[in-house]
Amino acid sequence: MNPNRLSATSVPAPVVARRPAGAGAASRRLRSPWLAALVLAGLLPLGACSIEPWVKPYDRERLADPIMKPERDTIAEKHHEHIYNVREGARGATAVQGGGCGCN
Amino acid sequence: MAAIDPVRRTAASLCHAALAGMGSSLRLGSRLAARLAGLAGGLLATGHAAAADLPEDRADVMYHSYTGGGVTATGPAVLVRKSIDDAFSLSASYYVDAVSNASIDVVTTASPYHERRTERAAGLDYVYHDALISVAGSSSKEPDYTANSASMDVAQDVFGGMTTVSLGYSRGWDTVGKHGYPTFSDSANHWQYRGGVTQIITPRWLASANVEVVSDEGYLGSPYRAARVFGAAVPESDPRTRSSRALALRAVGSVGADGAVRASYRYFWDTWDIRANTFEVGYSQYLQQQRWLVDGYLRYYKQSHASFYSNNFTAQYTYMSRNRQLSTFDSVGLGVKGTYSALKVAARYEVKVNGALERLRFQYSDFTDIRTGKNYSFDATVLELYVSATF
Repeated sequence: MNPNRLSATSVPAPVVARRPAGAGAASRRLRSPWLAALVLAGLLPLGACSIEPWVKPYDRERLADPIMKPERDTIAEKHHEHIYNVREGARGATAVQGGGCGCN
Repeated sequence: MAAIDPVRRTAASLCHAALAGMGSSLRLGSRLAARLAGLAGGLLATGHAAAADLPEDRADVMYHSYTGGGVTATGPAVLVRKSIDDAFSLSASYYVDAVSNASIDVVTTASPYHERRTERAAGLDYVYHDALISVAGSSSKEPDYTANSASMDVAQDVFGGMTTVSLGYSRGWDTVGKHGYPTFSDSANHWQYRGGVTQIITPRWLASANVEVVSDEGYLGSPYRAARVFGAAVPESDPRTRSSRALALRAVGSVGADGAVRASYRYFWDTWDIRANTFEVGYSQYLQQQRWLVDGYLRYYKQSHASFYSNNFTAQYTYMSRNRQLSTFDSVGLGVKGTYSALKVAARYEVKVNGALERLRFQYSDFTDIRTGKNYSFDATVLELYVSATF
């Protein structure tokens, strides 16, 4: 790594050391958003109490049609995936499950 | 894929399960445990009335072909899937690529060649309540490269079947050889971690988000490829580690009586400094009382080059590549597909004949044809003809 970058990242350290005595409360405030996020995550299932699944099973007929599936024919999707994988730099997060061609 | 089977469980019972989980944990006197139990209860509480779907039993036989940029790859492929009982489904596939390679890399630095790659894969799917658990393995062999991989995926339906959360992991082990150099042998290892959420938005719309992290270690280049320094060819040298991230968003919507529209976007970035964007839109339509299904799509892909890529280096570096897969380029793909239901006995079996054609154009921004000095580009055609039987 560039030595200048290293020295630049070390600059804030003394600033932290010179914080006043009340800094403890400030850092607690700093942590509180994380605590709030954790509590919210824990309460998520309770939130579901007021939100029922709004699309009932009998309303999902259209969603069940094969036309709605992104990977309708695995054999063809894998062939396309292979063609893109060996020619493009990007990979991953596709609808094709498993993934990984490992070929050159 | 989203849960689309009938689900009788309601959110209210899901909440009760979550509350019960939290209550019992509180009795244990641990607030943290209560929060975790609540979260896990909400995510994992499942109803016995509901069940995830096993993939349907089917058999596919395909002929595939790719032609473009001096490369032709053709061959057969077979996929068979059969359930054992209500909980298990076994699958096996066989895929052949007979490659004739006279690409620009080959004709400017080596001699055209022919080779054959075969890939065998097998998988087992298992349904447990609202979860679908899949394990799979594959082995790919070509004369100078073998690749073995194993994977595991879990998809869990939650929130009354409206949400599906999925997690997956793959591990790959490759052995790299070099034709004509029996003493050359190296290896490459791959780790893939993926996760996703699919959500039913309305009775007509589905949306999903997927992330995947891939890490590689080992020989990640090609022993045949050359880099150029001041116009002179030198052996390519790639870093032996790479880590990439990809984030994809998708939406599918039912349109009219017999149509569907879809769109997707993927952003990709890696430790080699490649950034890529992929856009895709498509439309599907049933015709003649669902006897025909036609699809059309447009795909656009664009990427920036790797930090150690150059068309022609002006100094010697530790890592140097002229692999056009790592260069700056874009590609446009336009595809059509037709499916004809040739034979159908309701609730028993169906035989479909499929044909798909895609036209691709690759346009490179910093990779030149050294014979002309101009930026390289080429067109490619992808053809798939296959028969599918579901039973």
